[in-house]
Amino acid sequence: MTTFTPTTSEEVLSTVAWAVAEGSPLEILGHGSKRGIGRPLQTEHTLDLSKLTGVTLYEPAELVLSAKAGTPLAEIEKLLAENGQQLAFEPMDYGPLLGGEPGKGTIGGVLGANLSGPRRLKAGAARDHILGINVVSGRGEPFKSGGRVVKNVTGYDMSKLMANSWGTLAVFTDVTFKVLPAAETEVTLALRGLLDDAAASAMALALGSSAEVSSAAHLPERVATRVAGGALGSEAATLLRVEGFGPSVAYRIAALKTLLGKAGPLEEIAGEASQLMWRDVRDIKPFADGSEKPVWRVSMAPFHAHQMVLTLRMQAAVSAFYDWQGGLVWLRMEEGDPEAALLRGLLRKHGGGHATLVRAAPAHRAAVPVFEPQPPPLAALSARLKAEFDPKAIFNPGRMAPGAGSATLGVATEGSAP
Amino acid sequence: MSGLAMPKPDDATMRRRDEIVADMRIIVPGEGVVDAANAMRAFESDGLTAYRQLPLVVVLPETVAQVSRVLKYCNDRNIRVVPRGSGTSLSGGALPLEDAVLLVMSRFNRILAIDFPNRIVVAQPGVTNLGITSAVEQEGFYYAPDPSSQIACSIGGNVAENSGGVHCLKYGLTANNVLGIEMVLMNGEVVRLGGSHLDAEGYDLLGVMTGSEGLLGVVTEVTVRILKKPETARALLIGFPTSEQGGQCVADIIGAGIIPGGMEMMDRPAIHAAEDFVHAGYPLDVEALLIVELDGPGVEVDHLITAVEAIAIGNGSTTCRISQSEQERLSFWAGRKAAFPAVGRISPDYYCMDGTIPRKELPRVLAGMRELSAKYGLGVANVFHAGDGNLHPLILYDANVPGELDKAESFGADILRLCVKVGGVLTGEHGVGVEKRDLMPEMFSQVDLDQQMRVKCAFDPNHLLNPGKVFPQLRRCAELGRMHVHRGQVAFPDIPRF
Repeated sequence: MTTFTPTTSEEVLSTVAWAVAEGSPLEILGHGSKRGIGRPLQTEHTLDLSKLTGVTLYEPAELVLSAKAGTPLAEIEKLLAENGQQLAFEPMDYGPLLGGEPGKGTIGGVLGANLSGPRRLKAGAARDHILGINVVSGRGEPFKSGGRVVKNVTGYDMSKLMANSWGTLAVFTDVTFKVLPAAETEVTLALRGLLDDAAASAMALALGSSAEVSSAAHLPERVATRVAGGALGSEAATLLRVEGFGPSVAYRIAALKTLLGKAGPLEEIAGEASQLMWRDVRDIKPFADGSEKPVWRVSMAPFHAHQMVLTLRMQAAVSAFYDWQGGLVWLRMEEGDPEAALLRGLLRKHGGGHATLVRAAPAHRAAVPVFEPQPPPLAALSARLKAEFDPKAIFNPGRMAPGAGSATLGVATEGSAP
Repeated sequence: MSGLAMPKPDDATMRRRDEIVADMRIIVPGEGVVDAANAMRAFESDGLTAYRQLPLVVVLPETVAQVSRVLKYCNDRNIRVVPRGSGTSLSGGALPLEDAVLLVMSRFNRILAIDFPNRIVVAQPGVTNLGITSAVEQEGFYYAPDPSSQIACSIGGNVAENSGGVHCLKYGLTANNVLGIEMVLMNGEVVRLGGSHLDAEGYDLLGVMTGSEGLLGVVTEVTVRILKKPETARALLIGFPTSEQGGQCVADIIGAGIIPGGMEMMDRPAIHAAEDFVHAGYPLDVEALLIVELDGPGVEVDHLITAVEAIAIGNGSTTCRISQSEQERLSFWAGRKAAFPAVGRISPDYYCMDGTIPRKELPRVLAGMRELSAKYGLGVANVFHAGDGNLHPLILYDANVPGELDKAESFGADILRLCVKVGGVLTGEHGVGVEKRDLMPEMFSQVDLDQQMRVKCAFDPNHLLNPGKVFPQLRRCAELGRMHVHRGQVAFPDIPRF
């Protein structure tokens, strides 16, 4: 059991070249804040990138930042904040949900897990902001893709391909992201006491208006109390975030009040209180309970989510809340069984999407496909792609699906393909 | 590039042409197969008109099953296929090959679903970019990416090229606005990537398909996100004595936390050509003209107009007009939008380039272009998506003068080399196609290019789909797959461990 801790890209390259020559699989690790996601790994060696650090380029006026892959996200966010900028996609922190410390995670992990947050709705995810990469493939070769400019269609977008690859295609050494100005003002409008279906209608109305709502979440009764230190009380809260310049935010909040006045009582939450609330929604605070009760992350068409959850509730004890206007559903399975087949079956009946088991005991993660299984042609394509990047399957083998050599997603069983 | 080398036609395919045409008629009955030379003439070129080639046969399928059968047929028989949307590519992405089936997707022209609560539209790939907006604008919605060819270009082609447009600084490129596609692989398999939800599970194949220039698969359905139209838009027209001042103004606007809906710059030759053509009222005594458009609620636009005006004056602008009506806003844009035809009036031909640079390098690149212009003896006019650093130099030449096309192409290649040298890239939105194919090594090492070709191998291991585009030299997948590692012979320096 050896842990390699390179401090330069060259050391990453020689470590990988050695592992390729030996045919010896590596666990690819940053801070390990998301180590509990995916099938448990059984690798002899670990490639720890947490010492491969440093911001190598930051030009605020050009809206661009490059860093070594192991640079702490917290360090980057602090630097950006000092310049009135941010990663607009608001990468979430899985630490508290998975029983770890808050505030950990590296910029490489942000890309590998394609993180985002409540602003995903308007601003996209890590995939939408990555501009360029330097990586080492499982062939032991360093290659680059993209660049440092926002608009670039030169060659395939290999940078996007790395998003959500969970360390199974290549080891990142350098990443370059687009950065954006942070909003001057933030106000959240909270509608109180709505049932899930009424909340879905209210959110659709708000997002279909020109108020430029940047985030929309619905916290059902009893979930609401578990954010922002209980400031919201236990009554259901439907949250609409509006960001921008002061006069514009005031105008758009007023417009939303007119639009939604009949939906129920309204509250305005501004500034730090609003930020804290959205951070807790982003980091799944309501389910960060120190337990191993299974938690699902479900991405689906927003307006279908409440119907899917309603049907699920008839067959299993679940707690649920909604982000992205309903397009992101967080589910905690209260009886301890992930109920994967039930959930994924219902998801297919409600317009499709994907369900990822982001928290579960290791035994469940080994037995249940953590990532949504794919129809056979797509699974085969993913497997071919994996082999083109990592022919000897030395990077995080098995993390995304069973099989020693295959790190690609499981194949949907017959009849389950959408 | 005029001596463009395309893959050598396959003799076996050429000999079997009649049989292939007959088989295509079985797969796509009716009017969907065109094999007469005079009828195929309409398809011999795309927006890069310097190159023309008749295909083996033109096939216009109507169903996904037909697309799948055509591709499987060709895959089984080692026949090349070139996919085509509306044929507006500016880089030769849809240039036919003599021995290839030209698969034209224009009959896939229906909108399949409009879903306002989820804010998505599902369209067939032949629907035009503007056609999507037209289908939803009665409810106040629109599709944001707006390439200048939007009246003609197809949404499937937009996916292939990752098309941008004037508004992409604020609203993103095609890749940021497409949620899902259905596509057919060269072996005939139909796969769906993404859907009506965000962020597909597994590898981001949708991300890599977007901008893949028709080399990985044929798109048969596209799901896009639509947005509510901004309440209002106003523009400023700002003139500067130097391009440095214009560039600094752009940097200061962004530094103030303002992301305009559009931000365009023109240099002196482009300003004069446009003004002579459409009489937009542009100032003629400036070196750089900036159009800044702000969109959103009226109060926001008014607030930001004041802020941008102050920044412009602070940077020494000599003119700064603010649109007081929708008519005036459109007049500001009229010259910019007519820039290409305007340049077409002052020169028999022009060649449009598409590099992207870090914005701060603009003065250096403009100076470099002036030197190159003198060296080649050809004029150049510049329009520039200032917010994102995407340059469109228009090189002026006369195709009827022997050697001038070659000269213009060499000039263009030198400009792109300069863009790469200052930290930029070969193409911001027009694609590599055949046009910039042989310049790829300026930006990528052979290792970089080999790994991109390995992506191609996962989708199309026989290089049958759109060969001769993007990659300067095709290498066989079996060769690319070889690994040269020898156990025990790899250097293993002292790596810290614990």
